[in-house]
Amino acid sequence: MSDLELTTGPTTAQTRAKVQASIKRRYRAEMRFRAYGLFATMLGVLFVFLLFFSVFSKGWSIFGQHYVKLDVFYDAAVLDPSGTRNPDTLRSADYQALVRASLRAGFPTVEGRRELRELTGLVSSGASMQLQRAVMQNPTLIGTRDDQWVLASSQVDWLLKGRTTRNASEDERRLSDAQVTWLDALQADQCIERRFNKQFFTAGDSRDPELAGVGGALAGSLLTLLVTLLLSFPIGAAAAIYLEEFAPPETRVTDLIEVNINNLAAVPSIVFGLLGLSIFIGFFGMPRSATLVGGLVLTLLTLPTIIIASRAAIKAVPPSIREAALGMGASKIQCVVHHVLPLAMPGMLTGAIIGMARALGETAPLLMIGMVAFIVDVPQGIMDPATVLPVQVFLWADSPERGFIERTSGAIIVLLLFLVIMNASAVILRNRFEKRW
Amino acid sequence: MKDFAYSLPVPKDIKTIGTVTAPGAIFSCRNVQVFYGEKQAIRDVNIDIAPKEVLAMIGPSGCGKSTFLRCFNRMNDTIVGARVLGQIELEGKDIQDKHQDVVQLRARVGMVFQKPNPFPKSIYENVAYGPRIHGLAADRGELDEIVNSSLRRAGLWDEVKDRLNQPGTSLSGGQQQRLCIARTIAVNPEVILMDEPCSALDPIATAKIEDLIDELRESYAICIVTHSMQQAARVSQRTAYFHLGDLIEVGETTKIFTNPRAKLTEDYITGRFG
Repeated sequence: MSDLELTTGPTTAQTRAKVQASIKRRYRAEMRFRAYGLFATMLGVLFVFLLFFSVFSKGWSIFGQHYVKLDVFYDAAVLDPSGTRNPDTLRSADYQALVRASLRAGFPTVEGRRELRELTGLVSSGASMQLQRAVMQNPTLIGTRDDQWVLASSQVDWLLKGRTTRNASEDERRLSDAQVTWLDALQADQCIERRFNKQFFTAGDSRDPELAGVGGALAGSLLTLLVTLLLSFPIGAAAAIYLEEFAPPETRVTDLIEVNINNLAAVPSIVFGLLGLSIFIGFFGMPRSATLVGGLVLTLLTLPTIIIASRAAIKAVPPSIREAALGMGASKIQCVVHHVLPLAMPGMLTGAIIGMARALGETAPLLMIGMVAFIVDVPQGIMDPATVLPVQVFLWADSPERGFIERTSGAIIVLLLFLVIMNASAVILRNRFEKRW
Repeated sequence: MKDFAYSLPVPKDIKTIGTVTAPGAIFSCRNVQVFYGEKQAIRDVNIDIAPKEVLAMIGPSGCGKSTFLRCFNRMNDTIVGARVLGQIELEGKDIQDKHQDVVQLRARVGMVFQKPNPFPKSIYENVAYGPRIHGLAADRGELDEIVNSSLRRAGLWDEVKDRLNQPGTSLSGGQQQRLCIARTIAVNPEVILMDEPCSALDPIATAKIEDLIDELRESYAICIVTHSMQQAARVSQRTAYFHLGDLIEVGETTKIFTNPRAKLTEDYITGRFG
């Protein structure tokens, strides 16, 4: 080193001081960055926690439901005056009269139409249907006396679950003072019981909150997703494989296809709904509200996502593996099937899961194809009219009856559980594929 | 090896120094040019490859030797925008011909790559893959026999015979490369192309591979691209020196390294550049 350099260049002490100062700056920047990151993460966690808290606090009570014990006398004079046991007669008999009679037997003081209506208002309008089912199943009941546990009305359930207090005004609790008194009497007789609400998971929709269940929507969601998965995964995977492995690269047509797939992924979902309405229902004449049409529309919606994710997964397979296979004399398709696909499969499955999760939560396009209709029956096949969980949430959230608040949250809980189960099974599936190289 | 001598006429205006033809040539290349888009990577290369010989291709980085090697099994087909012109004949048949089946060509001309690239499958499956797709084994016993003998010839049998079902990727780098060689010879090719097979390996693993190349020469024509001149000197009988897409000089390895005739070759092997 010459004298010149020593005099003109910075001394080592100066350099060290500068580095020291810059180190401090760097550490400060890092600290700041970590703080931002931590803040962002905490914010996210907070909102997720708030969501779960809000949903579960409103919806947890859905797992229980109050039942009222009725001592029913299956009066032959009411059910079957002619004594023929004709099923049509039995079906159309006035079962509400049995309910009324049974309740009145417990409260002989009740007089007049208004009071009587209030008394029968303690139990759900589903009670008479329950009695009808019992008699239809077993006509020998006629003329006998039997205990039946029937659903309490939604207002009673609401009060008993502590959502409103006895001290609240009649308007507020939607129960008259007389009804509360009767209720207390029934409770004292141990004629009211809280049970696990199986009905919520098996029943279809209803105008009466206490009768409404997510069974129909759950089955609808399952069928719709099944159609979507069966169509979109094979089609998406095939398209991705073709575009990555076989399509002539960097030609104008390939570029055009690529740009359009990316655009499709960003198209508002309601547009897909309108497309489905005009093509599947309008042109092909498929049934309205059917899960088949819902599945087809959601297939259109999820295809871009699946194609993009699958292409990324295929692209991520190291080229050395492809070279090895081709160098061994494997044909293009052997190279893809034997080597590329097994390695790309975990990524492709992840793409499919993301697509399916989006399809599960999709509401708007299904409104367009009529899956928003009020459907009481649980769908048995893909041609049956049905609704899906998010649409059910939408419908119930829109309903004025107070009992539907609880049901809305309950449906959201079911939806979230569905999502968790789906994602968990997908993760398990993916891990298995990853190990099975 | 078949008693087959095939060598195309050498053009008059050839600039390459030395004898490009070889007695009993199996591959014969004339006026080979390779383009990547507009850029020319190989200019008018003429060379023959003879059976039972190791041809080393040396030259500074970017001189096109790997590109040229990949012409022999048409691996350049997989590169977008790559075009190969000129004649490359394998036993008198132009492999560039559109009727030439690439799958069949690659079964005859095996390749070992720079980075060991075993399939993410078991050791057994790695070696069995080629025979399986080409239908070389009638039953499991025959397949076992092919795997066994290929691993033996690659000098890997003793190291892996107890763990054939373990993943090929669990082996060390040198073992992986020998596994790739075993995989290549399992389909019994006529020519083996090696693209810097030892550049990712340590000296001990390299020595093993070089010994192996020496043994394989008994049965195959081997074409090896290497950055190490010592390696070229050790394993090859003939050496070809490439410079910026031109084949400058071809000759017997001993002569090239002791008495190069071209100025560029001399500069390169004496370490003046490269």
